Amino acid sequence: MSSRLRAALTPYALIFPGGLWLAIFFVVPTVVMLSLSLQSGDVVSGYAFTFNWHSYVDGITTYHDQIVRSVIYGLAATLIQIVVGFPVAYWIAFRGGRRKSVYLFLLLLPFLVSFVLRTISWQFFLSDNGLLLGPLKSLGLLPQDFHILATSVAVVCGLAYNYLPFMVLPMYVALERIDPRLLEAAQDLYAGRTQTFLRVVLPLSLPGVFAGVLMTFVPATSDYVNASVLGGTSNTMIGNVIQNQFLVNQDYPVASALSFTLMALLLAGIYAYARVLGTEDVLEVAAR
Amino acid sequence: MNDLSRDPAFLRGMTRRRIGRRDALRLAGMSAAGLALAACGVQGKGVAKPTTSAQAQSAVEKYWTGKVRNGHVDFANWPYYMDPKHPELKQFTAETGITVNYREVIHEMPSWFAKIQPQLAAGQSIGYDIMVVTNGIQFGQLVKLGYLVPLDHAKLPNFTANAGARYKAEDFDPGNVYSIPWTSGMTGIAYNPKYVDTPPTSVLDLWNPKYKGKVGMMADSQEIANFGMFALGIDPGNSGQADWEKAAAKLTEQRDAGIVRKYYDQSYVDPLSRGDIWLTMAWSGDVFQKNVSDGTDLKFVIPQEGATIWTDNMMIPKSAENPVDAITLMDFFYRTDVAAHLTEYINYVTPVPGAQSVIQADVAEATGDRKKLLDAVAGSSLVFPSEDDYAKLHTYVGFTDTARQKQFENLFQAITTS
Repeated sequence: MSSRLRAALTPYALIFPGGLWLAIFFVVPTVVMLSLSLQSGDVVSGYAFTFNWHSYVDGITTYHDQIVRSVIYGLAATLIQIVVGFPVAYWIAFRGGRRKSVYLFLLLLPFLVSFVLRTISWQFFLSDNGLLLGPLKSLGLLPQDFHILATSVAVVCGLAYNYLPFMVLPMYVALERIDPRLLEAAQDLYAGRTQTFLRVVLPLSLPGVFAGVLMTFVPATSDYVNASVLGGTSNTMIGNVIQNQFLVNQDYPVASALSFTLMALLLAGIYAYARVLGTEDVLEVAAR
Repeated sequence: MNDLSRDPAFLRGMTRRRIGRRDALRLAGMSAAGLALAACGVQGKGVAKPTTSAQAQSAVEKYWTGKVRNGHVDFANWPYYMDPKHPELKQFTAETGITVNYREVIHEMPSWFAKIQPQLAAGQSIGYDIMVVTNGIQFGQLVKLGYLVPLDHAKLPNFTANAGARYKAEDFDPGNVYSIPWTSGMTGIAYNPKYVDTPPTSVLDLWNPKYKGKVGMMADSQEIANFGMFALGIDPGNSGQADWEKAAAKLTEQRDAGIVRKYYDQSYVDPLSRGDIWLTMAWSGDVFQKNVSDGTDLKFVIPQEGATIWTDNMMIPKSAENPVDAITLMDFFYRTDVAAHLTEYINYVTPVPGAQSVIQADVAEATGDRKKLLDAVAGSSLVFPSEDDYAKLHTYVGFTDTARQKQFENLFQAITTS
């Protein structure tokens, strides 16, 4: 083979394994789902492609409450994660010293246990007369009918807990990369601790926060485990509805239509978010 | 050797946009997607049910002619439906030489159906020769889709001799064309006596504001619909759209008053024993097995308005590889001694009434705790319901067409997935 031809083919050869993977496991299922969302029929007589837009209309009108609720839960969980996760990432990055990797391992340790089991163990912990609430109730600090399970609080906290490492790790990476000389320079220029944090550390950590938000908001919004394990009668998320439509009702068109609606909503949200607070802009802000 | 990393043509190729090629790719992708969209239809295969007995008989002959015993059978069942040591299966293998691969792979009807449906539609084996299916919506779909083997009753002598009359005349499969029962059970009310002083007697206790936030209901639309109708005095067997709407309103009122804690699948037992819920819709055998295994003291009652009786049925999928071995094993469970032994362990309603006297004989021989346990089983109205008990039990709503079924499900799922 001539070297010119080889040079021309190499980029395609490099992209081939990844491209094939995407084609088989992403493009094909997505096309099938898109097709399903436009079909009509039932499981006994079969589904046929009829450009049936009604699945979208039906799905959205019936389940808009659950869609809005999922987005709100996802946002709330993401905010909690930033508030809880940032100090953790900051502490490990700047105060972790030689044991940084130990702390990171400890952070990930609970996540070696299966997702569902972790969530179910919360059920035991938060139970009405369980480890947390039982003693408080017997001391008279809480009314007898107080409960955390089966409320929005339980679901949001469960979401925040389950996706926390995906928030902490990118923030940690961003903070860890900050050159200590920048902090020294800030002090040389008479910036106090607060000023150094606000003007140097925080702007430089924003790309990590940005990545963390992307990695947690999307799965948290489409999650269905937390709502089904920790939620009650009015905490159903859109993920639960989709699962129910697929597996219980075998209404594949509505389930696919809801999945695509959710996907479009999340993509639009992420696009807007990236435009407002894109990584490159953040770096520009930081460089100013 | 040509060093690619320094080849300007290669670097340009890797870094610069190539509008023309991208457009070409995009076009090709879009037209392929268009073709694919239209090609992705999901095949359904509704078939007509045989209407006359002669047709049914010829279907039986057509299927069973030339089928031979292979010496092995794969059995898919639900958890808690057999002693984990499988004594009945060991006995079967010793007597017939047929080995049995028993798997507890069925945990929920809809997801089991979703799992096997594509394989059955393609005419492929699902890997099991016997499966146990509840008489719900999916049972009807399996029949309608023609996925089940018509049973040859000449190969079911024990069933013919020992099955209770009630279990030979079930509404969902008259004449046992496709299925014979494994066991039945009831959906009633379970409660935790630690928190509930006055035992519930009525379905309306689930609507009692006294238990606000402490009541568990089931998420399954057929189960919850039945309880809504019991509360209004409607017989689900003869109900229609208007009745369903009334029941849905009654259930919505219960939810909106904050009485319902949560809509559960099978996961209501632990919250009930922990005290997160005080009373709940429940299946009869679950509470019994929880009490035996964990020493809890949960109670189960059949409310005065009625309860639901369901039947889990053995059947052979059309693509089964060992149908003769399968039907031999199915018939084996209708021997009174085998049925008695199974019932002593699982505590669900046996379709073999003759098992009661065998269990009573075992009680006479047993001693200590074992005697107490067996005595409770032999006398339990949850295992051997009397005619009066049966009179209070109702079956699920049956569906003749899928449009009505969809209406029904949408109506009740709007309540459970709010």
